[in-house]
Amino acid sequence: MRRVRATAAPYLLALPAWIWFGVFFVVPIAAMASVSLTTGNILEGFQQTFSVSNYAAAIGQYHTQMIRSLVYGGVATVIMLLLAYPMAYWIAFKGGRRKSMYLFLLLLPFFVSFVLRTISWGFLLADDGILFGPLKSAGLLPQGFHVLATEFAVIGGLVYNFLPFMVLPIYVALERVDPRVIEAAYDLYASRWAAFRRVVLPLSLPGVFAGVLMTFVPATADPVNARVLGGTGTTMIGNIIQTEYMTNNDYPTASALSFTLMAVLLVGIFVYARSLGTENVLEAAAR
Amino acid sequence: MTGKLGDRLLHGYTWLIIAWLTAPIIVMIMFGFNDKQSKSNTSWQGFTFRWYGELFADSSLTGALVNSLQVAVVSTVLTTVIGTALGLALGRHRFRGRGVSNFLVFAAISTPELVMGASLLSLFVSGNTPRGLATITIAHVLFSLSFVVVTVRARVVGLDPSLEEAARDLGAGTWTTFRLVTLPAIMPGVLAGALLAFALSIDDYVVTSFVNGNQLTFPLWIMGSVKVGIPPQVNVMGTLIFGIGVAIAIANAVASRRRA
Repeated sequence: MRRVRATAAPYLLALPAWIWFGVFFVVPIAAMASVSLTTGNILEGFQQTFSVSNYAAAIGQYHTQMIRSLVYGGVATVIMLLLAYPMAYWIAFKGGRRKSMYLFLLLLPFFVSFVLRTISWGFLLADDGILFGPLKSAGLLPQGFHVLATEFAVIGGLVYNFLPFMVLPIYVALERVDPRVIEAAYDLYASRWAAFRRVVLPLSLPGVFAGVLMTFVPATADPVNARVLGGTGTTMIGNIIQTEYMTNNDYPTASALSFTLMAVLLVGIFVYARSLGTENVLEAAAR
Repeated sequence: MTGKLGDRLLHGYTWLIIAWLTAPIIVMIMFGFNDKQSKSNTSWQGFTFRWYGELFADSSLTGALVNSLQVAVVSTVLTTVIGTALGLALGRHRFRGRGVSNFLVFAAISTPELVMGASLLSLFVSGNTPRGLATITIAHVLFSLSFVVVTVRARVVGLDPSLEEAARDLGAGTWTTFRLVTLPAIMPGVLAGALLAFALSIDDYVVTSFVNGNQLTFPLWIMGSVKVGIPPQVNVMGTLIFGIGVAIAIANAVASRRRA
């Protein structure tokens, strides 16, 4: 009796989560795939026709926003990487006893709702806001000057919102680097730059990899920044998918777009992992 | 890599980034005290405590906040129970379906929120399920589940199995061992997971916006009034949530330092 219970234990423990993942994650993705292959509209109902015409139509109509999202997400990710690395480096190697204080300050924005944080950015950047208002009345900026509703505001918002997700994994990777390895490089007459490029940087790559994954996917698919900080010319694919679902009730097109977005991101992740060398990354991560 | 000057530059740079990350928070707190007269709340017009007094003046905003808290509490309890169970199974046992479980946990974390929300809506539309607080709660459990599993699993893996063996040798049954030995040992992981689930739930906009029906949560209410202007009460509520969150985090850090 005891033995039976012991072998059944892991299955009983895992069962509720399996049910939840199965019913609300696996089945919905399948439901979305099936809806994306229907034709019809909300009034007359949708028929399962297995026609891929939704995909052709959706991509034909919205490829501009799709490409724009990938560009915004990509540019924001590169900027985040450049901003995050020096900071992560300094905290990991020079933070000393105050490391946890710096990490706490880095996470401070997460105590404010994502939506509210983005809106506060809008406050700062508003045409007559506390930043540009005084500059404009002093004549230091032309009256027509604005940042809101431009791609700078949207990409800036993405960078602002996701930056900590880039800093943390790089920090964790750098923090694990054994200082003796760097000393060994110096003992072997490596210059500071050579020691960084050939020892520290390669050891931090798993962190960079994780950071890029954790920022690129949510930044590309984010509808909030474009809606709050952007204008008509900066609409991203997330906004389109929301509108198609919620306002137009065009479920087939919206499902096709969601699926395309997921596929593009998956392919992107795959190509990225391959180009960086999945084995190298996994091997370094395992160490 | 760099000399003394480089270190100083990097130190200054780190503080610059922190200042940049903090600026919008300061703006949020500040405009909760703005004595605004016009509809828009973007320019400073004088100091007032008025909005703290009229915090619950807008009943729809208060209702949205109550909805958010309700969903967060229920989904956190559900997520913590279901997630801790899977975390225990993955950290302690080798069983069939372990690989699939790990894959599902990873897949749910890396799926864009937008796709998760859209697919759930597809399910509810196909099944003619009425949308409201129940569907929001279901969605919140789904996207926080993986985070609880990962936190608990990490804690279970670090736990010495001989503790449980000792309890069993002393005659404790499965349930007693779990209640008196395993659970207290993994409690920090469970609590961390629960806090994370609560924070994720109360903050979510994207997934919720697909499955909310006609119910509003705090982030949804705010997004809905972006174009017409955010009332200062939103800033006040944001400030209070921020204050409570920071206080809990600091208290937790101080307590764990004392224990150490």
